[in-house]
Amino acid sequence: MVPLSYYLVLSGILFVCGVLGFLIKRNIITIFMSIELMLNGVNLSFVAFAAQWHSLSGQIFVFFVMVVAAAEAAVGLAIIIAVYRTRETLNVDQVNLLKL
Amino acid sequence: MTPPTSNPLLWLIPILPLAGAAINGFFGRQSSKKAISAIALTFCGAAFLLALWIAIGFSSASAPYSFPLAHWLRSGSFSVDFDFYLDQLSLVMMLVVTGVGFLIHIYSVGYMWDDESYYRFMAYLNLFMFFMLTLVLAKNYLMMFIGWEGVGLASYLLIGFWFTKDSAASAGKKAFIVNRIGDFGFLIALFLLIQHFGTLDFPALFAKIQPISPETTGAGLLTAIGLLLMVGACGKSAQIPLYVWLPDAMEGPTPVSALIHAATMVTAGVYMVARSHMIFERAPSALTVVAIIGTLTALFTATIGIAQTDIKKVLAYSTVSQLGYMFMACGVGAFSAGIFHLMTHAFFKGLLFLAAGSVIHGVGGEQDMRKMGGLRLYMPWTFTVMGIATLAIAGIPPLAGFWSKDEILAQAFSVSWVYWLIGVVTAFITSFYMFRLMYMTFGGDYRGAGAQASHAAHKSHGHGKDDAHGHGEPHESPWVMLGPLVVLAILSVFGGFVGLGNRFEHFLDPVFKAAVEPGLQEPIREAGEKSTEYLLMAISVSVAALGWLLAHLLYSSRPQLPARIAEKLGGLYKAVANKYYVDELYAALFVRPLIDGSTTILWKGIDQGVIDAAVNDSADAARHISDEARHMQSGNLRSYAGWVAAGGALVIAYMVWMGIR
Repeated sequence: MVPLSYYLVLSGILFVCGVLGFLIKRNIITIFMSIELMLNGVNLSFVAFAAQWHSLSGQIFVFFVMVVAAAEAAVGLAIIIAVYRTRETLNVDQVNLLKL
Repeated sequence: MTPPTSNPLLWLIPILPLAGAAINGFFGRQSSKKAISAIALTFCGAAFLLALWIAIGFSSASAPYSFPLAHWLRSGSFSVDFDFYLDQLSLVMMLVVTGVGFLIHIYSVGYMWDDESYYRFMAYLNLFMFFMLTLVLAKNYLMMFIGWEGVGLASYLLIGFWFTKDSAASAGKKAFIVNRIGDFGFLIALFLLIQHFGTLDFPALFAKIQPISPETTGAGLLTAIGLLLMVGACGKSAQIPLYVWLPDAMEGPTPVSALIHAATMVTAGVYMVARSHMIFERAPSALTVVAIIGTLTALFTATIGIAQTDIKKVLAYSTVSQLGYMFMACGVGAFSAGIFHLMTHAFFKGLLFLAAGSVIHGVGGEQDMRKMGGLRLYMPWTFTVMGIATLAIAGIPPLAGFWSKDEILAQAFSVSWVYWLIGVVTAFITSFYMFRLMYMTFGGDYRGAGAQASHAAHKSHGHGKDDAHGHGEPHESPWVMLGPLVVLAILSVFGGFVGLGNRFEHFLDPVFKAAVEPGLQEPIREAGEKSTEYLLMAISVSVAALGWLLAHLLYSSRPQLPARIAEKLGGLYKAVANKYYVDELYAALFVRPLIDGSTTILWKGIDQGVIDAAVNDSADAARHISDEARHMQSGNLRSYAGWVAAGGALVIAYMVWMGIR
């Protein structure tokens, strides 16, 4: 059996990848994907703990996250399309109408 | 001490002028000058009549009277009430204050009639009467202190009455500030009395002090209290070293100089010392200090008076000098002689000032005696009454000044011939400068502006602050001004007779002698010393005559001589004419360092450097920090996310570190 720490390290790496991508990337779709990466990094740690402690709640929780993430993806992609239609760009630095 | 008899009339005496001041002060602006005069004179006159009524009914058997009006302070066992008190001493003071005060009120009607702030003047005068009577009729030191401060306030207001004139405004300030120094001493003395005796009530306090034996060896509590009281008296009564405010106070209207700075307020210090005789008698060293200060002041300021050319300045220095006499009397234990001189001085010095005011009025506001002269022809009445006052102050018998001054000199001689000698020298100088004033003002020919201008042209030319009507040549004052002069002249002539056969002294005995231990202050003059007394009397009269003669010689028969003498004396004359540079000395010693210290250390150092700097620097620091911190709020989504991530990383790091520990 693979030890828990391996899963957690992988989960941490995934999460950090997500964070870095979120911070560094300018393309709004990449940022969106980075968020998904972070969510899934967390999901991984949930299931790892659930398997370790033989508790179902972790796995149940992952389903919830997936549902929310799906909803979010739907809304998010809709926004992205709307943004692209009006601004004709996917670069977040140029979507700055609210900035002073 | 017999328990006081209740007399419900007492409190009305101070309250009446206060009512007058309130009415004139609040409604005077709209009323006519006639109405203002009527109110001011009615209330002041009523107080005078009431005082007379009480004086007529006064009997030494039922004295002292008192009337507790209301409670004031209650703090544990310590209490102070609004309590009025009348014994022989305050009776004399009350009559002098109301009597002379009333006369000067009448005079002011004529003198100030043309002033646009007439109502303000009358209200201030009435206010002064209220405070002065409170001072005199107080039953405890604290009420006396109210009056004390109140007359100071009234004096300040009246000195600076023509406040648009810079010199008047600063003279008022100077008087007020110098008086504060004295009041500081007075207050400390009161605190000491409260701490050690637990009361400020005169009868109770003196009953507690009475059993204490005199502090002959070394200085103790009573000496300290006495000296501090004397500091207060020095301020109010213009003694060395605090006399400097009084000559400057002559910036005020002349009736003010007469009432406040000659007849009444400045004698408050003498009254206070006499009232505290119980303390001073038990503190011989404090009493010696009083005598020395008085004697020195008398001589010192008399010499300044010689070289003054401003008619009011001469009288001001003369006042300081005469006050010195009174303190000398108190200092040698002759309190009743001091009060006697206080009374006669109020008559003749009030008269001198009012007559000087009449002169100033008559020549159109001129105060420089060098521009007067020959006025006896123009204003015979003023000349006559001023001549009487001059004879009185010079000590020519049988006028009032002779009796009181002689009394003081005799008492001083019995203590130490040094006091007596200085007193006689002062008497000589007094006589000299007073007759000098007379000759310069009334003798010779008129030297004023009107003398050069055509007598026929009665056009108005430039005139001084005192007067608002045009001036061709000097003229006699109206009767409303001359009336009080005549009354005061009569008092100056006959006022001294109350002292015949020591009657005045015996009248005051219940105040000054009753409490003294037998043998301590026994009558000094015995039958064998009668001849000495006559000799002293002869000396002081001849000295006064000598002063007259000298003045006649210098200022009447050989008018060129004074200038030559002044030239010969050179530096000395300059020093005297410049008042020994005392004002300059004080400025260099106290005023300048204080201003410089306040400017460099307190203002620029502490206020600007520390307090302002702390506020400004913390504001600057806040701005700099927020200037930096502002960059966090960039509006850049990813930088926000970066902060969130960094924060999260920090939290995790912290928790991991805690976990490891």
